[in-house]
Amino acid sequence: MIPIEHILLLSALLFIIGVLGVMLRRNVIVIFMSIELMLNAVNLSFVTFAKSLDSMTGVVFIFFIIVVAAAEAVVGLSIILSIFRTRKTLNIDKFNLLKW
Amino acid sequence: MLTIFYIFAVLSVFGALGVLFLRNPIHCALSLVGTFFCLGAIYVMLNAEFVAVIQVLVYAGAIMVLFLFVLMLLPSKDSEQYVNKWSVGKILAGLLSLGIFIQIASLFTANELQLGSKGEYPLEVVEEVGSITLIGRLLFTDYILSFEIIAILLLVAVIGAVVIAKRRFQ
Repeated sequence: MIPIEHILLLSALLFIIGVLGVMLRRNVIVIFMSIELMLNAVNLSFVTFAKSLDSMTGVVFIFFIIVVAAAEAVVGLSIILSIFRTRKTLNIDKFNLLKW
Repeated sequence: MLTIFYIFAVLSVFGALGVLFLRNPIHCALSLVGTFFCLGAIYVMLNAEFVAVIQVLVYAGAIMVLFLFVLMLLPSKDSEQYVNKWSVGKILAGLLSLGIFIQIASLFTANELQLGSKGEYPLEVVEEVGSITLIGRLLFTDYILSFEIIAILLLVAVIGAVVIAKRRFQ
């Protein structure tokens, strides 16, 4: 039997690596990948709790999370595409049109 | 069982670190696919076969292929994204995420982890009925409203992606 704390620690570690990726990387698409990584870490803790609590609700919620992640990836990537057409760069520091 | 879990855990952490440190975004995407496969293996060990299958099909199969397509559509030649500007900010980011990690980890490893009461689907019931049957039953009874809303969300996402990404002609 895998101890529940170890899986939760793995999930926390993956989440933190995702947070660091969002804060440190400057490429928009890599930042997007880090967000997917964080969503996966949360999914892992959902599965862990669903198993340790003998519940099925966590698995149903993961279904919803994955659908929302897919929708988010589609819309976000198309926004990145259309920003790239005007700014010709993927560096997030250059996306400063809304800054004053 | 435990050693297999540790092997996959270490592999998935290495894949995640690859996303953090690799220079080429395409290498980042491929190492993220490796992480997703390792997480799928861990889901199988946790008796969540349905989640493992949609993890590999939807995440590793569909979403990452979308990322790779966009990466190949957009040539990113500018090297400025690697320049270390303002390293104080990086140190602050490291300290902040270390703080978050210690917070989450101390919450998760606390001895009296506050778990609620047990649900009504222990492993024997799940193996007898089948996990996909149970998930389908829950989706179409208790969570039917969320299911319908998520369908509309997907439709809106598809239409929105087409509208946002299409070229505008003056």
